[in-house]
Amino acid sequence: MQTFDLSAQGLRALNSTLHGLKGQTNQTAWEIINPKGAHAIAVGLDAPVDVTVRGSTGYYCAGMNKQATVRIKGSAGPGVAENMMSGTVIIDGDASQYAGATGRGGLLVIKGNASSRCGISMKGIDIVVHGNIGHMSAFMAQSGNLVVLGDAGDALGDSLYEARMFVRGSVKSLGADCVEKEMRPEHIAILADLLKRGEADHLAKPEEFKRYGSARKLYNFNIDNASSY
Amino acid sequence: MSDFPQTPPKQSWTFSNDVNAEIRRAAATGIYDIRGGGSKRKLPHFDDLLFLGASISRYPLEGYREKCATDVWLGTRYAKNPIHLDIPVTIAGMSFGALSGPAKEALGRGASAAGTSTTTGDGGMTEEERGHSKTLVYQYLPSRYGMNPDDLRRADAIEIVVGQGAKPGGGGMLLGQKISDRVAQMRNLPKGIDQRSACRHPDWTGPDDLEIKILELREITNWEKPIYIKVGGARPYYDTALAVKAGADVVVLDGMQGGTAATQDVFIENVGMPILACIPQAVKALQDLGMHRKVQLIVSGGIRSGADVAKAMALGADAVAIGSAALIALGDNDPALEAEYKKLGTTAGAYDDWHEGKDPAGITTQDPELFKRFDPILGGRRLKNYLKVMTLEAQTIARACGKNHLHNLEPEDLCALTIEAAAMAGVPLAGTNWIPGKNGF
Repeated sequence: MQTFDLSAQGLRALNSTLHGLKGQTNQTAWEIINPKGAHAIAVGLDAPVDVTVRGSTGYYCAGMNKQATVRIKGSAGPGVAENMMSGTVIIDGDASQYAGATGRGGLLVIKGNASSRCGISMKGIDIVVHGNIGHMSAFMAQSGNLVVLGDAGDALGDSLYEARMFVRGSVKSLGADCVEKEMRPEHIAILADLLKRGEADHLAKPEEFKRYGSARKLYNFNIDNASSY
Repeated sequence: MSDFPQTPPKQSWTFSNDVNAEIRRAAATGIYDIRGGGSKRKLPHFDDLLFLGASISRYPLEGYREKCATDVWLGTRYAKNPIHLDIPVTIAGMSFGALSGPAKEALGRGASAAGTSTTTGDGGMTEEERGHSKTLVYQYLPSRYGMNPDDLRRADAIEIVVGQGAKPGGGGMLLGQKISDRVAQMRNLPKGIDQRSACRHPDWTGPDDLEIKILELREITNWEKPIYIKVGGARPYYDTALAVKAGADVVVLDGMQGGTAATQDVFIENVGMPILACIPQAVKALQDLGMHRKVQLIVSGGIRSGADVAKAMALGADAVAIGSAALIALGDNDPALEAEYKKLGTTAGAYDDWHEGKDPAGITTQDPELFKRFDPILGGRRLKNYLKVMTLEAQTIARACGKNHLHNLEPEDLCALTIEAAAMAGVPLAGTNWIPGKNGF
């Protein structure tokens, strides 16, 4: 395990070092100490390495991640794992706004709660939240899966496209064009896999969730739908 | 009674034929008018400014003999690899999706041959434009369609789009008829559905967040790429100041004549300001912060000729960007296609239904039968010629003003033909020393 002291060595040195781990490297396990809420920690990684951040992070931790596994032993600020391409990001604590925003792939696991706009404009990422999520989550979500073991806030899935949402608790309100959908066997299978990979299969069963998705009524502009927006 | 002259029929200025036609169209369809392009109003513009030229008090430079340089550096504030262009006329962001692949290729070819940059758009980076663009600016947009870190790293600069002149505060809509398999795949959406481009970024709000977003982008790209921030002409003084505060290397300012692929006509014609009114405000913000020429200013929106380039630069811009003019150079709205424009219910020069994807010139379409008509090599050559002519024109004017570099043009070289232009540009009304709003007048 390589240890990097962020407060002593600085952000530029950290990201530069992690970006250098392309291709074959023996230094596959990294520990970042003293993050102290710094922004842009471990962004733009592109190697199959494990990075553990011991403490809480500021904005955009693990932004645009590819291949890497990033574990945050604390809470994460806004935009954690934004635009993630692949790999895994696991947060032991809570996540602030826009967690997993525009993510294209990979898995984001939030073991606490997520704030508003979780999964906004998601484009293929899978997100598993052990707690609750805030309002406007999965706004304009295009594809991927959002799993919530707790409750969802207002306007869930507003104006969403083809993303799937599975919520175990209550949903305060659904956004425009978002509806509850039938949970078929294939969805149970998808959810079971996500719960397992999201380290949540001991906490909930797939059958306890409801599925939400797009009614697809707003896919092509129609003046008679104008009051929906 | 018939012996008395009758009052002749009189059309209303307020309810003109155009206005009445739009009322009838709205009543018949129930949908607002969507179109491409920029404002079609007669706005105060560069035409309302004139150069004074050399005289006894200053001497000119010899055309074809004495040097008048045209190059520009962009991104010198923080980027490890600032951009150096041979000419200060760049190609503005236009998306693959709005434009065909061959049209994007032609923009890259023409810009590269003329020694300047081109810019991606909503929808991501295509191989056509990366492959044919020596210098490519990658737009980072609210929709993040096609955004990925690999393309970010292979760009030469990054342009964070906050707004555009045609619709400051507005997003976009690429209608389903232009969503081919390839466009759909790049944007992670089903084929044939309308694709909304968001009006706000999904993961930051306001200048403090933007500063952190810029930090993230710089960290991902090793602090190599210049970071531009593009704003529509809404509040140019404050937007420029906030962009500088957030850490921009370059501010891109787009006036309301700047085009769009598609938005509501009511938006294009009623929101934002003409570029003439925007430039002095942005320059003042840079000067007040001591950052003029340190953070470069690129302006766009209705740039058509070397005279426009020279006037924009005399007002303090470092470079300009062209979009609509570049498309016209490629062949958009060419009268040679008049018969086909007629079939679409329009005429050459007025065609702006780019969102419908039926462009007979094969430029603003995803229909393979139409875009096959467009030759990207010929288009690139035409664009190169046009860029070269603009540069020669700007040099001609600069030499006449005694300047050995386009950047040495200054407001003192200008006068205004109208009171409005004098007030907006901050230069004297022709034949007077009166600048409305200055010195208490």
